[in-house]
Amino acid sequence: MGRTAAECYTAALGITIMTINWFKYASPASFYPTAGRLIPWFTGIAVVLVLVSLYVGFFQTADQLGGSNPQKEYYRIIFIHVPAAWMSMWLYLVLAAWSAIGLVFNTRLSYMMANAVAPTGAIFTFISLWTGAFWGRPSWGTYWDWDPRLTSELILFFLYIGYIALHSAIDDTRRADRAGALLAIVGLVMLPIIFWSINCPDPTQCAALHQRSDPGAIHPTILIPMLGMTLGFWSYSFATAFARLRGIILTREADSAWVRDVIDREAPA
Amino acid sequence: MIDSFSDFIHQGGYAYYVWSAFGVTFGLLIAEIWQLRRARRTILVRVGRLARLRHPRSPAAASQRPAASGGSR
Repeated sequence: MGRTAAECYTAALGITIMTINWFKYASPASFYPTAGRLIPWFTGIAVVLVLVSLYVGFFQTADQLGGSNPQKEYYRIIFIHVPAAWMSMWLYLVLAAWSAIGLVFNTRLSYMMANAVAPTGAIFTFISLWTGAFWGRPSWGTYWDWDPRLTSELILFFLYIGYIALHSAIDDTRRADRAGALLAIVGLVMLPIIFWSINCPDPTQCAALHQRSDPGAIHPTILIPMLGMTLGFWSYSFATAFARLRGIILTREADSAWVRDVIDREAPA
Repeated sequence: MIDSFSDFIHQGGYAYYVWSAFGVTFGLLIAEIWQLRRARRTILVRVGRLARLRHPRSPAAASQRPAASGGSR
């Protein structure tokens, strides 16, 4: 009595959240089979989204964009370039977040997650640089320029490589985890730099090759496959990160009894 | 049909740029999946070998396995 429905709902939600044992999922032993069950789903979603998006992107869009200075067929590189660039930044954020959680709570699985995400992030960063070069050549007349966004994205690529190299250079896994986590968190400074490395205040004083674009101004036949490819790449990242995570879990927990059971079940005869 | 297919390959004269970008992208993604599958097999074998080294099976379990060939001992 005297309680509003909203208060009751909030209390019920709170009790539900408290009764779920979240730390159960933070244990490598229980997340190993969960990740294994999720991989086929993420792979399937990724394949479907990429195929449908590319079909729309190649066959349901105009061959040419813009008026006085048109972007011809090469603009279709947008369907991989922009999603890959978004994933390169998003996965770095994920890498740094798991690193921070690992440092704060000292949970093993968090560091393993960070480890599992890094190579996929590095691959998407390389893809965004590579596809940008093959878009830049026909549109700007050059494969590469020391433009702020290109330069900062290149530094992001080196940060991924640096994280992977630093981690593999330290034999003690716990030290490697902590050193890598610090590097990943310090490297976070690159994300806002990449994000805002467009548009200079006075175009006669300086020129950034990437200009701000308004998603509302993009035609739906281009925006929708671009977003579809982004979700597809995201789903792909889940699948590859979980697959890599399973390998990391087995390697690090090799001494425990549950891993021996897994080996008995899953090892090739 | 043949015309539209060759148009698709041609990409209005920008085939080199379009297919270089798409080819390397999907080449890398497929290579990553292939590498992960290979790594999984390697890890299962290596961790299994470690487990057998550190935790040898009990003699009862060992005797149930088929005898090794040419055992003179």
